[in-house]
Amino acid sequence: MSETFILPGESVPAQHVNLKLGPGLLQYATVDQESRVASTKAGELHHSANNSRWWIEGNSKRYIPAPQESVVGVVTARSGEGWRVDIGSAHPAYLDGLAFEGATKRNKPNLKVGSLLYARVSLAHKDMEPELECFDAQTHKAEGFGELKGGFLVRCSLKMCRLLLSPNHFLLPLLGSRFTLEVATGLNGRVWVTAKEAKHVIAVARCIEAVDPDGGGMDESGVKQFLGTLDR
Amino acid sequence: MPRPPSPSIPEKEFLFNSLKESLRLDGRQSLEMRDPVFTFGPDLGWVECALGKTRVLAQLDGKMVKPTPERPLEGIITINSEISPMASSDYEPGRPSDEEVTMTRMLDKVLRRSDAIDKESLCILAGQRVWHLRLTIHCLADAGNLLDCACLAGIVAFRHYRRPEVEVVGEEVIIHHPSERAPVPLSMHHTPFCFTFAYFPDPNTPPILDPSHLEQRLSAGLISIALNAQKELCVIQKAGGVPLSQEQVLGAIDIAVGKAVELDRIVTQRLEEDWKGRKVEIR
Repeated sequence: MSETFILPGESVPAQHVNLKLGPGLLQYATVDQESRVASTKAGELHHSANNSRWWIEGNSKRYIPAPQESVVGVVTARSGEGWRVDIGSAHPAYLDGLAFEGATKRNKPNLKVGSLLYARVSLAHKDMEPELECFDAQTHKAEGFGELKGGFLVRCSLKMCRLLLSPNHFLLPLLGSRFTLEVATGLNGRVWVTAKEAKHVIAVARCIEAVDPDGGGMDESGVKQFLGTLDR
Repeated sequence: MPRPPSPSIPEKEFLFNSLKESLRLDGRQSLEMRDPVFTFGPDLGWVECALGKTRVLAQLDGKMVKPTPERPLEGIITINSEISPMASSDYEPGRPSDEEVTMTRMLDKVLRRSDAIDKESLCILAGQRVWHLRLTIHCLADAGNLLDCACLAGIVAFRHYRRPEVEVVGEEVIIHHPSERAPVPLSMHHTPFCFTFAYFPDPNTPPILDPSHLEQRLSAGLISIALNAQKELCVIQKAGGVPLSQEQVLGAIDIAVGKAVELDRIVTQRLEEDWKGRKVEIR
């Protein structure tokens, strides 16, 4: 797997019968009906071993919705049968009142303005408002999606939340070995955290901020030392 | 694009509860400021001030102009400040936001109308030639308490700046290039600093100094106190509806006095360090 740095607008030599493009890549046709691929954001260009999947990995703060991504959002208004949710994208997302496990016309969850939600992006088209759902696409069960009660919302860069989701990253296992905590990581740069004590939540928030490649970029031994200074 | 949504209910509850236990999200004490970090540029009067993730760039430049007929013996100081969407996505371009209006007015009061700079010393030739100092404030990032950061950057820029030496022979004005004669610092009466305290709806929550972005959004009221290390009060501005008693205001001023002395020491030390690191050639 090779890694090259790429800027928006550069052409990408992605050609495959079964081509799958990830975030930051755009397929378009030239005048003579030739298919080309160009990048729409800056970052490292990656592709899979058989050249079928291509994607760009970069860091940014502004979230661009993509289908099937888990996000943490804030309800900003009621609109018709559903809610308008701020997920940090350029436009608010729409969450239907029936997009919950077991929801019917009579039995809908009661969300207030300002509630926090863990949801999945079900529709993300560049010319339309993004739409959210609070159940798993296959099983139609909640699977952890829904309203988040209590706890605290930590904001970080988009790269940081991808790192947190990576099973090889050290931070969450390290924190989990010190105290019990519950975390919901959204791919939109928002992480919901709850723990038994307020100072534990603050410790998690400060660690995430310190490890964030956008801010401190602290490594594992640094975090261990940092946690030592926080324990009073 | 409407204003960004207010913080969510869990954020609000968590912040209020932890503040009641005197815990702040960034691990500070309730009356602890973030340490200011100054970066001086290649030019004199180019200062970047950072309070945590809040960053403001102040740039001062001077030129010679004809004074206004009303004040022929005084130099002119103008302050340009604008909060662009670069600082935070909360701000939109074009129409000035409430924060921007407040900041412009406070900067004017703290830096210009507090008589920090001796305007008469900026006069070169009465009625003919005076210095016009133009301070430009660029807000680079807003992570709370942009006002204090901007005031600090502005006043440090004034202290950092040195104008070229000028000689007057009869009616003729000779400007000496900095490479010929050492430029002279501005004559300043005092150095005012601005401190912002945030108060919360619950009266049992203690006030906090230097609020972060979230704390600022959730506070019931802010009080900004501008004063110098000599305990001379310049400006008090209170925004928001929370009622404050006389004792509370006086208490806040007492704390600000202590902080001003501390800040003045840091600023003076950093300016000295920077000046020592600069090579000024005099031929």
